[in-house]
Amino acid sequence: MKNKAVVGKKVGMTQVWDDDNRVVPVTVLEVSPCRIVQVKTEESHGYSAIQVTFGEKEAKKLSQPEAGHFAKAGVAPGTELLELRLDDVSEFDAGQEIAADIFEAGEMVDAIGTSKGKGFAGVMKRHNFAGQRATHGAHLVHRMPGAVGQCATPARIFKGIKMAGRMGSDKVTIQSLKVVQADAEKSLLLVKGSVPGPKGGTVVIRNGIKKASN
Amino acid sequence: MNPTQLVEQDLLRTDLPEFAPGDTVKVHVKVVEGKRQRIQVFEGAVIARRGFGLGETFTVRKLSFGVGVERCFPINSPIIDKIEVKTQGDVRRAKLYYLRDRVGKSAKIKEKRN
Repeated sequence: MKNKAVVGKKVGMTQVWDDDNRVVPVTVLEVSPCRIVQVKTEESHGYSAIQVTFGEKEAKKLSQPEAGHFAKAGVAPGTELLELRLDDVSEFDAGQEIAADIFEAGEMVDAIGTSKGKGFAGVMKRHNFAGQRATHGAHLVHRMPGAVGQCATPARIFKGIKMAGRMGSDKVTIQSLKVVQADAEKSLLLVKGSVPGPKGGTVVIRNGIKKASN
Repeated sequence: MNPTQLVEQDLLRTDLPEFAPGDTVKVHVKVVEGKRQRIQVFEGAVIARRGFGLGETFTVRKLSFGVGVERCFPINSPIIDKIEVKTQGDVRRAKLYYLRDRVGKSAKIKEKRN
């Protein structure tokens, strides 16, 4: 059940200590208060979601439709407009602010972000192929995929064969990450483990759909 | 400034003395046994310091019953009760891994003369 979410920026990774004095690797996310611009419901749009913005954007940099959209909600314009798909939006209203404290320490969350772009990557990096042997006559084929098909039948390569190509910059969800600390005052959310994307990348933090708590 | 410093600055320990590779230190470590907590002392030579900020660690080497024992501590870890610097060593490198291959007199670290 997706019932709460918030948008943050990835700051970087560091470590903290838990109650048993063990090191916990954490990702620091800056979660400045998200302002709800629009609430979409099953009746009005066919699906339920909240549209949020955060940060600040100069009024003169807004297009007129954008300015109108923000003005209708009575919300200060932000840098990005994002839609958070939630199952239940009855508790949300336009103009409302969501901060980091909607999550509590110990809660499980899912992190959704855009992974780092890797460029044109070979099959070993992109699809975890094993590559070929280093010796025994192997020549210039060490990182090659090997055979990709058969012979005169079918005389073509089947669709969907894993090959080299663009890798990264994909939407990636990492499920069931534990919230270590949620601090609305400092606008910080600390999540155990890594989160997709580069530093400064936008990350959506949603309550965990597989696990609510550990 | 490191962007994660917002989190780190509260956790950095400022109560520990300064020490460098080559120094002989006494590290007082909190050990939890069941519900009881006691202090264990690990005394030896600092052979390395690595990393920076919250993730910095240091390695202490000692000879225990003729066997070399090394222990690596995160410098900001709350398990460290206190650190006493006993002597300052006069060494020319930052990492004293060469001590691992030495025994006896050649494994001695010269003391710094002030």
